[in-house]
Amino acid sequence: MTAVADARPPGDLAGVIQFCGVQFARFRAAGFSALLAGVANPLFFLLAIGMGLGSQIDGADLPTDDYLSFVGAGVVAAFAFTQGAGLSMWPTMAAVKWEGTYDAALTTPLSVRALATGHIAWTGIRAGIMAALYVVALIPFGVIASPLAVLAVPAAALSAMTASAPLSAYSVTRENDASFSVIMRVGVTPLFLFSGAFFPVDQLPDSIEWLTWLVPLWHGVELCRGLITDTIGLGDALVHVAAQVVVVAAGTAAAVRTFGARLTS
Amino acid sequence: MRMVSTVSPPTSGDLEVLGMSSVREGREIRARLGVVPQDDNLDTELTVRQNLVMHARFFGVSRADAARKADELLDFAQLTERADARVDPLSGGMKRRLTIARSLVNDPELVLLDEPTTGLDPQARHLLWERLYRLKEAGVTLLLTTHYMDEAEQLSDRLVVMDGGKIVAEGSPAELIARHTSPEVLELRFAGDRPDFAAPALAALDLHTESLPDRVLIYADKGDEVLRVLRDRGVEPTGSFVRRSTLEDVFLALTGRRLAE
Repeated sequence: MTAVADARPPGDLAGVIQFCGVQFARFRAAGFSALLAGVANPLFFLLAIGMGLGSQIDGADLPTDDYLSFVGAGVVAAFAFTQGAGLSMWPTMAAVKWEGTYDAALTTPLSVRALATGHIAWTGIRAGIMAALYVVALIPFGVIASPLAVLAVPAAALSAMTASAPLSAYSVTRENDASFSVIMRVGVTPLFLFSGAFFPVDQLPDSIEWLTWLVPLWHGVELCRGLITDTIGLGDALVHVAAQVVVVAAGTAAAVRTFGARLTS
Repeated sequence: MRMVSTVSPPTSGDLEVLGMSSVREGREIRARLGVVPQDDNLDTELTVRQNLVMHARFFGVSRADAARKADELLDFAQLTERADARVDPLSGGMKRRLTIARSLVNDPELVLLDEPTTGLDPQARHLLWERLYRLKEAGVTLLLTTHYMDEAEQLSDRLVVMDGGKIVAEGSPAELIARHTSPEVLELRFAGDRPDFAAPALAALDLHTESLPDRVLIYADKGDEVLRVLRDRGVEPTGSFVRRSTLEDVFLALTGRRLAE
């Protein structure tokens, strides 16, 4: 047999990168159907809500040129967030329980910390790939107002991770997937609808409008829309990034603990 | 097994693997270890070859080396023809061979195998045994757990019998047989209540005997001679056969026949 082993085992950063490489290979193996679904979904919303419903709406009070731009750019983060949520529930259960692939990965030099971090980072990368395709698809609709729209891709990845970091930390503690569809219906879907992707949140009653500040997805929607339609200043953008980074960091720290408790006991 | 593979911390005491602390140097230990878990946890979204290449990458093996190593191991596991197939449709024996091949991507010094042939048909088992024997010949240390005593006898130079988490015996298969049982076992079957009838003659032998519901076992140096003596004394079993003692006899002698559940 030829000798291949490295003298020094790879560290955590190399582990995260390699982990994402494995996930990318799985993603590629899944073929174009996943890709198509990821892009087609927001495009349907763009057409039905943005163009269809938008034709009935006078968008004078909107920050964007028209309702089509408002929704078209608004759903970037909302879809990324929804994908991040989905990717952190069933696939997590599959990897730690149904198939045990994470057990296999942990018999290599990969650490639990690198595994949990990579798991969350990958949901961001995958949502980012989808967001990039969708942003390109927005070009013919005249929604893109600035080259800064490129930054909506990492911004969408960040939104995905605000869902996947805490939800991965939670999912790995479960013994079955019973709670996942409940979380999707009563948690993720309301956030998708009420975080400002489809209407400005100042339309909400004043008594609850402040709540949106606590909702990571609202920050994501504002950030992505602002970058795509060129309607955001640097200061606001940084606040939206920071608010989401806090959620991702806290969720990742929790995930490192819960992944460890589940996989190394 | 999880503790030795440094995935779980030791429940008590200190654990050293390959001369390193399992707690402080887990990463370094795992870099030199191969692990074959009880259940195949292959990635069903990937092809056979990708399962090997991706696992190798976690060890810091370069892409080119991983590809070369994968080809070599596909050949070793007799899976070359299935290299680009998905894992799901593979037979149990093929998945097992792939899991073993995967544990070798980093040229481990020590391979941990947890019940490697449970649930496989005889052909698949024998092929696996032959592959594991070749590994041993190549200088790889195998640490395996098994419930199959023939497997332990086939593969191990040194074995440890565990009962209720405690070591009850230790040695080579031949040593353990010599120490804990006789060279041969005479098995007798009687119709109906005849064992009672034969009891005095059996007791007179002054040999270790064991009466089971369906047969009587007599542990002897030479089973045929004992059978002749018994027939001379008028004991006529409905069936008899003499066999060499096995590790199974050792295991049952040491741990008893009661089900441990």
